[in-house]
Amino acid sequence: MLLRTAWRRVATAAPAAPGPRAKAPTRGLRLRGIDLTPQSAVPSDAATALEAESVLRPLYMDVQATTPLDPRVLDAMLPYLVNYYGNPHSRTHAYGWESEAAMECARQQVASLIGADPREIIFTSGATESNNIAIKGVARFYRSRKKHLITTQTEHKCVLDSCRSLEAEGFKVTYLPVKKSGIIDLKELEAAIQPDTSLVSVMTVNNEIGVKQPIKEIGQICSSRKVYFHTDAAQAVGKIPLDVNDMKIDLMSISGHKIYGPKGVGAIYIRRRPRVRVEALQSGGGQERGMRSGTVPTPLVVGLGAACEVAQQEMEYDHKRISKLAERLIQKIMKSLPDVVMNGDPEHHYPGCINLSFAYVEGESLLMALKDVALSSGSACTSASLEPSYVLRAIGTDEDLAHSSIRFGIGRFTTEEEVDYTVEKCIHHVKRLREMSPLWEMVQDGIDLKSIKWTQH
Amino acid sequence: MAASSRAQVLDLYRAMLRESKRFGAYSYRTYAIRRIRDAFRENKNVKDPAEIQALVNKAKRDLGIIRRQHHVGS
Repeated sequence: MLLRTAWRRVATAAPAAPGPRAKAPTRGLRLRGIDLTPQSAVPSDAATALEAESVLRPLYMDVQATTPLDPRVLDAMLPYLVNYYGNPHSRTHAYGWESEAAMECARQQVASLIGADPREIIFTSGATESNNIAIKGVARFYRSRKKHLITTQTEHKCVLDSCRSLEAEGFKVTYLPVKKSGIIDLKELEAAIQPDTSLVSVMTVNNEIGVKQPIKEIGQICSSRKVYFHTDAAQAVGKIPLDVNDMKIDLMSISGHKIYGPKGVGAIYIRRRPRVRVEALQSGGGQERGMRSGTVPTPLVVGLGAACEVAQQEMEYDHKRISKLAERLIQKIMKSLPDVVMNGDPEHHYPGCINLSFAYVEGESLLMALKDVALSSGSACTSASLEPSYVLRAIGTDEDLAHSSIRFGIGRFTTEEEVDYTVEKCIHHVKRLREMSPLWEMVQDGIDLKSIKWTQH
Repeated sequence: MAASSRAQVLDLYRAMLRESKRFGAYSYRTYAIRRIRDAFRENKNVKDPAEIQALVNKAKRDLGIIRRQHHVGS
């Protein structure tokens, strides 16, 4: 009973906290101005607190670029940032032992998410480093007998760039085309495998169009032809069920900041039975079984482990919710706007990544119009250039549709209100931009745009 | 020691919702409230006392996490 009165005292004390709760339902849904000064400073009194709260920030609908930290992950990381700061490779004192124990616990958490053995997980600085290790490491180790690699045209920039640098070293690389749906043709893959192929690299879920490749079938083909199979699962881990033994995956890249973990950490899964040999890229003290030397950042890997554990528990709940929200977004937009194309196969698709092309509307102007929603028109890596994304070009999208594509990302923290607001603004601005577009006028008059002969001056 | 009673579970539920409403960030606040409500609703028909105790312990740990987050996030 004493406990209950204590709860009541706490409850009455809580409303004394400054006012942001009163504005709770509308926060984040209206942007009144972007305050460029960092909001990390603790406000000195209630007035400035309210002032800081009134500067709202855009809704976050770009989860493929990065995700916010889950509070449970931050809670797991904090002790290792404050008190337990030892180097996990120090074998002589308690600071080292406790850090090492935390690191091994995190390794077990990551391994259990993908069905692997903890000894098969190597911590890296992110999925880019993992991809580099997988592709360059495997290719260089087997360079005396095998000189060929296979990958797809829709891979992440780091995979394509690693392959390009290997071509400069004398390797041959086949870039498999994808069908209009974004999925590779398994027959083409089988035909491309040569006796001197060492590695096939196909990403599990594409970060731009959300397409799921047939990983199980590809794994089957590769294991039957004795070729190593690497998959960049940065967007898929913790979101769809993955099992490295079931899908016959030999190498897998994992990214921390795509699964509500910290930035700057990732992992690579390297199969031990049968053993995949990899030439190390980073030389040093032999940490991480010699495959990735350098002190393992304990707070970051603890965060990665916690993120993997939370993802394993929440996978079903999140998937159901995200599917429902994605369905809502697509239905609402398609119902109110004509000439909207969803890029990527609608069936083999991860629901949280929706790439829509709005015909007769320029993608950059739509992004600028939707200034209170954080969206992207392609991947973050290619957002600096004005070229349409190579992924959209690979799936055969017309130039004009490729320029008008927007990627909507729905994640664990996305609410129904955010989706509704985004949909409403999107419909409003697309209609407005189309009203201004001469192409739209011509289409309304029944002119077929493909038949127009644009004059040259 | 007796297993957690209905009253204790309800107290825990109310405490967690109260703490969740104090989150400053919109995403965390809405997620916490939604997840707590859905999790308690999903498990409301669990009968096995050992399982109930495990769930209650997990909830208490999560309540501690939420409380600590308020100090970090401000």
